[in-house]
Amino acid sequence: MNFFSKLFYRYKKVIKVARLYLLIAGPGIIVMVADNDAGGITTYTATGAQYGFHLIWFLILLGPVAYYVQEMTVRLGAVTKRGHAEAIFHSFGSFWGWFSLLDLVFLDWLTMITEFVGMTAAMSIFGVPPIVTVIVGWILMGTMVLQGRYWTWEKAALVFCGLNLIYIPAAFMINPPVDKILHGSFIPSLPPGGFTNALFFLLMANIGTTIAPWMIFFQQSAVVDKGMQEKDMLWGKIDTGVGSLLTVVVAAGCVILTATLLPGQMIDDAATAALRFMPINHYVGALLAIGLFDAGFLGAICISLASSWAFGEVFGWAHSLNHKVKEAPWFYAYYFFDLLLAGTVVLIPHAPLVLITLFVQVIAVTLLPAALVFLILLLNNEETMGQYKNTLFQNVANIGIVVVIIVISTLYGISAIFPKILGG
Amino acid sequence: MILNFFRNTAGAVREINQKYAKPHIEMTRAVRFSLGALRFYLLLLVGIMVYKFISLLR
Repeated sequence: MNFFSKLFYRYKKVIKVARLYLLIAGPGIIVMVADNDAGGITTYTATGAQYGFHLIWFLILLGPVAYYVQEMTVRLGAVTKRGHAEAIFHSFGSFWGWFSLLDLVFLDWLTMITEFVGMTAAMSIFGVPPIVTVIVGWILMGTMVLQGRYWTWEKAALVFCGLNLIYIPAAFMINPPVDKILHGSFIPSLPPGGFTNALFFLLMANIGTTIAPWMIFFQQSAVVDKGMQEKDMLWGKIDTGVGSLLTVVVAAGCVILTATLLPGQMIDDAATAALRFMPINHYVGALLAIGLFDAGFLGAICISLASSWAFGEVFGWAHSLNHKVKEAPWFYAYYFFDLLLAGTVVLIPHAPLVLITLFVQVIAVTLLPAALVFLILLLNNEETMGQYKNTLFQNVANIGIVVVIIVISTLYGISAIFPKILGG
Repeated sequence: MILNFFRNTAGAVREINQKYAKPHIEMTRAVRFSLGALRFYLLLLVGIMVYKFISLLR
């Protein structure tokens, strides 16, 4: 009897903990899964097609990297109750504030265009015209925020995050070689041909897609909007950890798909990969297309919100998803304006979409280092962070990560401006 | 109406500039060095972009 009562007590405790986690889970999972946006899925499918299973270990390494950076936003948001844009204005003054805000807004807008490009390309595989995809996307995105409750938006976004995991069953459906996956996952090695410029470019692209400036702004603002307190920080960290695990699993799923079905092929975008899957396995092709739409959709809603929150914080508008449209008109106006503008550009015939994708890479290197440096400095400010400031270990890990990201993303950006600089 | 919008926005920007005129973070040596390095990095990057733009025009 004693044994059963103990078992029941433990069961109740586990259920209680799981319930508490589900209550607090959100920003970490959403930001990490949305990180696998349309551009990310394209990068992963290209990685798998070109280098097979050889680089899965590298994607696994990027999981902790993303976690360490994003975990800082959880602490900063929960302690200061300020979004990242407001925190920069407050701590570093208006010069750095305006620089970050305007750079973020421009970069977010360009990135959102690439999300809509991914969404329309994915749905065109099913014969849906781009204008229909864009309009349906707008309606869905609008419906999600118009409820006037952060909780509703977050749970709806989590449903779309669940849809993003579609790549995992898809990867299992094609009977991939498990031994090669395990070898590629746990034994770091370079692909045949060694360290080439093309490989370096793809590694940089993978890093560039793992850490993006909008993620820092988004998660910190989401933590504040959700009302997370210092006591919830552990759950926020677990949430971010689970998210980073999911982002790696989805990325590996994409790599496994193309490494198995399209080995050695050059892939320009994920929609092309989905099209090439169709004759081989119709269901897997369809799943990849659905996943690509979902990735673009999630990316668009999160990026647009990151900008709206940032503007709201700085201009002092009401800027919470807990407000109704009447209570926060500017916040929602900016959200819709951003979405409408990005969606419209995709519908313009002969819009320079390749140039826009290139611009995203270039502009990102002007904002990402700044955002990361500010993050480290803010997390070391004892006056605001108190006992939650970075420890020595966190500083060593985070500064190391930030320096590597800055160097590599700068090389990536410069190689986008000068394609032949790396001999490519 | 449009003129009003721009007037209001300019007013809001002035207010923000006044509110955040002074940085609130303690300007330690590490902070000063980081901000200086960031300025240098951004100037370098802008220089590279301007160079690329001019070479494209040629």
